Amino acid sequence: MMKFIKRFYLSIILLFLYVPIVVLIVQSFNAGKSRAKWEGFSFRWYQELFNDPAIMQALYVTISIAILAAIVSTILGTLAAIGIHAMQKRPQSLMMTLTNIPMTMPDIVTGISLMLLFIFTKVERGYWTMLLAHITFDTPYVILSVLPKLKQMNKHSYEAALDLGATPTYALFHVILPEIMPGVITGAMLAFTLSLDDFTISYFTTSPLVQNLSTLIYSQARKGIKPTMNALSALMFMALLLLLLVVNRRSSKTEVKN
Amino acid sequence: MSNLQVPAWGTWVMLVGFVAFIVLLVIYFKRNHGLKRPIFSSPYTLWIIVFTIVPCLLIAYYAFTDVNGAFTLDNFKNFWDSNYDMNKELIAMGFNPADMGFARGTVNVDTLGYSLWMAFLCTVICLVLGYPTAHIMAERDFKLGPTLVVLFVIPMWMNFLLRTIAWMSLLEDNGLINGLLEWLGIGKVQLMYNSGAVLLGMVYNYLPFMVFPIYNVLNKMDYKLSEAAMDLGCDKWKTFYKVTLPLSLPGVVSGITMVFMPAVTTFFIPRMLGGGNTEMFGDLIERTFLTANNWNVGSALSMIMMVLILLSLGLLRKVDPEGEGGSMI
Repeated sequence: MMKFIKRFYLSIILLFLYVPIVVLIVQSFNAGKSRAKWEGFSFRWYQELFNDPAIMQALYVTISIAILAAIVSTILGTLAAIGIHAMQKRPQSLMMTLTNIPMTMPDIVTGISLMLLFIFTKVERGYWTMLLAHITFDTPYVILSVLPKLKQMNKHSYEAALDLGATPTYALFHVILPEIMPGVITGAMLAFTLSLDDFTISYFTTSPLVQNLSTLIYSQARKGIKPTMNALSALMFMALLLLLLVVNRRSSKTEVKN
Repeated sequence: MSNLQVPAWGTWVMLVGFVAFIVLLVIYFKRNHGLKRPIFSSPYTLWIIVFTIVPCLLIAYYAFTDVNGAFTLDNFKNFWDSNYDMNKELIAMGFNPADMGFARGTVNVDTLGYSLWMAFLCTVICLVLGYPTAHIMAERDFKLGPTLVVLFVIPMWMNFLLRTIAWMSLLEDNGLINGLLEWLGIGKVQLMYNSGAVLLGMVYNYLPFMVFPIYNVLNKMDYKLSEAAMDLGCDKWKTFYKVTLPLSLPGVVSGITMVFMPAVTTFFIPRMLGGGNTEMFGDLIERTFLTANNWNVGSALSMIMMVLILLSLGLLRKVDPEGEGGSMI
């Protein structure tokens, strides 16, 4: 009985989480434009999707910024984590406090502070400022996913490599990097995901001319979202789901091998 | 893409400067074998100075100056008394605002109070719903824990604005829930554009952030401890109250942090589901900056927000000094 209640409770919570998503996906197949009325099944919005220049550009901006921001913040964050890890106690805690600032600040304050910076330095807001902002909020997450791996590493292997004649660059790439790779990958994935889904910070650091999907949705929200947007997000959702299944398959296969 | 404007000179200076810095660093690094690793973090240090510290200082600068750049505390007085500017002008013209019925306006303070209250309610509901969820997921004979974590993450892949808008089509007057209610013979109910709808949207968005940290802590907990408590004569509830709950506190604390912080400053959810009837502090900041174009007052509001967040973080640190609850990572 207790078991049934627990399962039932979990199913209710999951239902709560999935209802809006099911609604969105169903709406994307609705032939009509209305949100509430079902007018038959069609792929109309999926066809129109590729002829909608605003959405296609927003998609391009979103994905290219997510990729660029993930790459830059991963490099920046990994180097920073290696440096912070090797620091003395005092500068280390200072750096950690500084790293925690952007994570604890509310998104809206981060966005506004960056907007003020760009206005103050007379930098026109657009694609590049959005990219800079995304790198800024991504990097701390990379650092925080790389640092634990560095702590698990043997302290002396880097110095041993140097003693055995490796240059610092060689030791970095052949001793440290392979050990912390899982953390680096987690950090990169996290940065990519955060950047893909960000609204608030992008909203303040871009101009109306350059929109990512979130800010485009926001600007459409008043007039009513076009069903093509639902179609796009349903597609992206399916793509990610597929990716998850593939990755899961692979990892379970390698587990079996080991 | 045709619409992407060419970055202005300032951006180029920043980008080129940054790249040059890294190139110099690499050259220096290659020449100097005895170089210490802390140098690796210098690009990031530079980055954080330019993109975190300077912007924060700018907020402080705008908050403490007026339009002409002179030092003033008026922006904070404006927060405390929404009619401050008007009253000041009246006094300058020789009137007494109190006589004319213009008392101190507290719109901003009320908005802040309302936001804190809503965020508090949201946190409590998330905790009440999330703790049992995490507890069930972390039980030893429940094998689906990791799968459920994935199931909780998947909805977050759908754009958060779209998910909130999807709730609109559920709650609308002609929406699905009202359709169902009508079919059941209960009749239509006004579900949208009130605090309840905003609260629902907030709980929906932030619930996973409560479940994950608690689940992580409970999952790592040594189950032998609760077994020992049972062996020593505690009943189920007492074991939970005396052993499990105190041990899971770090997770609860980081869950509370991760729900409360974004909940106070959310501005999309109240705008959509509250339809302008329920302004929250995030809305107020956004409106002050972008609609009223008043950066000074807006900066003062942002500073107040930041101070509040830092204070509550400090309080929470006292409960969980090691930061053990960790984050989602």
